[in-house]
Amino acid sequence: MKRRTILAGAVAAFALTGAAYAQDKTKVGFIYVGPVGDGGWTYEHDQARLAVEEEFGDKVETIYQESVPEGSDAERVITQMALSGADLIFTTSFGYMDPTIAVAAKFPNVKFEHATGFKRADNVSTYSARFYEGRAVQGHIAGKMTKTNKVGYIGSFPIPEVIRGINSAYIHAKKVNPDVEFSVVWAYTWFDPAKEADAATALIEQGADVILQHTDSTAPQAAAQKAGNVITFGQASDMAEYAPMPRVSSIIDNWAPYYIDRVQAVMDGTWESTDTWDGIGPGMVGIGEISDAVPADVKAEALALKDSIADGSYHPFTGPLKKQDGSDWLAEGETAQDFGDDGLAGMNFYVEGIKGDIPN
Amino acid sequence: MDLSAISPTLLLASLMVAATPILLAALGELVVEKSGVLNLGVEGMMITGAICGFAIAVETGSPVVGFIAAAVGGALLSLIFGILTQFLLSNQVATGLALTLFGLGLSSLLGQSYVGIRPPAVGKLDLGPLADIPFIGPVLFNHDLMVYLSLALCVGTWAVLKYTRAGLILRAVGENHDAAHALGYKVVKVRLLAIMFGGACAGLGGAYLSLIRVPQWTEGMTAGAGWIALAIVVFASWRPLRVLLGAYLFGGVTVLQLNLQAAGMAIPVEYLSMSPYLITIVVLVIMSAPRKGGKARASLAAPACLGRAFHASH
Repeated sequence: MKRRTILAGAVAAFALTGAAYAQDKTKVGFIYVGPVGDGGWTYEHDQARLAVEEEFGDKVETIYQESVPEGSDAERVITQMALSGADLIFTTSFGYMDPTIAVAAKFPNVKFEHATGFKRADNVSTYSARFYEGRAVQGHIAGKMTKTNKVGYIGSFPIPEVIRGINSAYIHAKKVNPDVEFSVVWAYTWFDPAKEADAATALIEQGADVILQHTDSTAPQAAAQKAGNVITFGQASDMAEYAPMPRVSSIIDNWAPYYIDRVQAVMDGTWESTDTWDGIGPGMVGIGEISDAVPADVKAEALALKDSIADGSYHPFTGPLKKQDGSDWLAEGETAQDFGDDGLAGMNFYVEGIKGDIPN
Repeated sequence: MDLSAISPTLLLASLMVAATPILLAALGELVVEKSGVLNLGVEGMMITGAICGFAIAVETGSPVVGFIAAAVGGALLSLIFGILTQFLLSNQVATGLALTLFGLGLSSLLGQSYVGIRPPAVGKLDLGPLADIPFIGPVLFNHDLMVYLSLALCVGTWAVLKYTRAGLILRAVGENHDAAHALGYKVVKVRLLAIMFGGACAGLGGAYLSLIRVPQWTEGMTAGAGWIALAIVVFASWRPLRVLLGAYLFGGVTVLQLNLQAAGMAIPVEYLSMSPYLITIVVLVIMSAPRKGGKARASLAAPACLGRAFHASH
C-alpha cells in the first residue's frame, strides 16, 4: 500500500514537472503504424512532423513512436505519450480510432488528432485526405495504359478509405476502357514488404499489367520492376526512385500545412475539435509527376481531370452510378454525399462491374 | 471466379521462393535449440542480415558477397547474444528479445542511405536441360542458387545431427549439459558455435528477402518472419526435415491465398490468412497432449536443457 502511495506521488510529481515544462514548449506526439523509413504513408507523416519542427523551432518539441500495432497495444502507447506531457497527439492510422477515443477520455486536457477515422470527441479531431480524387487520375491512366485489360489492386484492409479508392479507380478506368477488369487482393496488413511483393507477383502472374497499391511500402514497385512491362503508382509518397518505370505517377499525401495549422491552434489556445477532409484542391493530396512512360495525350487528359477535380467542377463520384448488386446509387448528374446512408465516409460496397466480394 | 488463371507451375515455384527465408532462419534456430539455447532474437538477426547483405551487395555489385556479408553480420550479432548468455549468464529469453529490438534499430540505422536503391540482380541457376522438363523443370529447376542451398542445408543439418560425431556432441550438450561437461566436451564453445551458425542462417534468410524476394531495402521489412521461424521449429518438433515441411506449408498457404484472391475466389480470405497459424497451434496442442506413458510429445522432442544456463564451477 505504502509503495503504491509513493509511486502515485512520483507519478504526480512527474506529471507536474511535465506540465511545468510543457508551458515553455508545446510538445507534439506522433503515433506511426509503420517505420519512418517505409517510403510511403509513415514517411510522409514524419516529413510533416519535421516540417512542424522547422516551422516552430524552439517553441515545439516533437516525439514519435513508430511501428505501433493497431488495436489494444496502441492504447498503451498513446497513454504513455499523454503521460509524458504531450499537448497534442496525432494518431496516424485508421486502427487507432478506438484506442484514441479511449485515451482521450482519460486525458481531457490533451488534444488528439486521429487520421482517417470517423469518431470524434471534445478533445479529438479527425482529419483525412480525399485520396479517391487521386485514385480517379490513376484509374484514368490505368485504363488507358493496360494492354491485358487486367488491373491488379493490392488492398490493405476492407475499410471505407480503401474501398473508396478501388471504386474511384475502377470508375475512371472503365470510362476510358470498357473491357477493363480489376482483381483485388487483400493483404490484411499496412506494411509487410514480403507479402506486398508476393501479392504483386501473384497479380502479375495472372496477367495484370497495372498494379495499384493501397499498402505502405515500395515492395510492389520493386516486384513490378522485376517483372518488367508493368506499371505502378506511388502510394502516399512519390516513390520517385521507381520512376519513370514502373512508377508512372503517384498520390502524395501532404500533411505538413495541416499539422502546422493545428500546432499553431494549440499554441494560440484556439484548438477545437473539427473534422477536416481535404483533397487535391487545398493541396492535401498531390499528384506526382506523370512520367514519360505515359503517352503525351494520356498525360494531358489525366492532368485535365486533376484540374477539374481541384477546381471543384468535377466530382469523381458523379452519377449515373450503380452499386455492384445492380441497385441504384447515384442518379444522372448527382454527386456522392460525404456522410449519411451510402455516403463516402462509410462506403462499404463496390460499384457495378467490380467482381468479387468485400470481405467482412 | 477464374481458377484457370492460377498456374500451378508458377504457384509452386513462388511457394519455394516465399518459404526460403523462413526455412533458412528456422534451420539455424533448430541447431541453436538443439544445443540447448533458446535465442528469441531471430527477427533481429534476420533484419540485420537483410541490411548487411543489401548494403554490401550494392557496394560491391555482387550478390554472392552480399550473402556472405549477411551471414557474417547475422553471426556477429548473435555473438553478442552468445557472450551475454554463455559467459555472463544472462537470461536467454530476455536477451533474445533485446537482441530483436537491437537488431531492428541497428538495421534501420545502417539502412538510412539504402532506401529506394535497386540491388544487383541475382540470376537463376542455369541447370541446362533439367529446366526444360515439363512442369517439374520450371517448378524445381528454375530457381536461384539460394533456394538449392537452403534445401542442401536442410538435408545437411539432418545428416550431421543424425549421423556424425559432431551432431552427437551437439545433441548431448543440448540434452544434458552437465553430463556432456563431465565427459569433457566444451559446452560453452559448442553452444557459441551453434549460436553463430543460427545467426548466420538467419542473416542469410534476411538477405534472401532484401536481395531476391522483394528485392529492396525497407526498414522493418522482415515484418515478423523471424517469429514464424521460431514457431516452425516447435511445429517441426526439432527435426530438420519437418522444418522443411513446415516452412513450405507456411509459404504455400501464404502464396496460395494471395493467388486465390487474385483469381477472384469467393472464400473468406481471413481464414486462409490465419490458417498457417491455426495449423501451428493445432500441432502444438497435439504435441503437448500427454501420451499413454504420461509425458507429452513436446517434452520428449524438446532438448532437455533448452533455455537453461550452464556454468561449470571448477
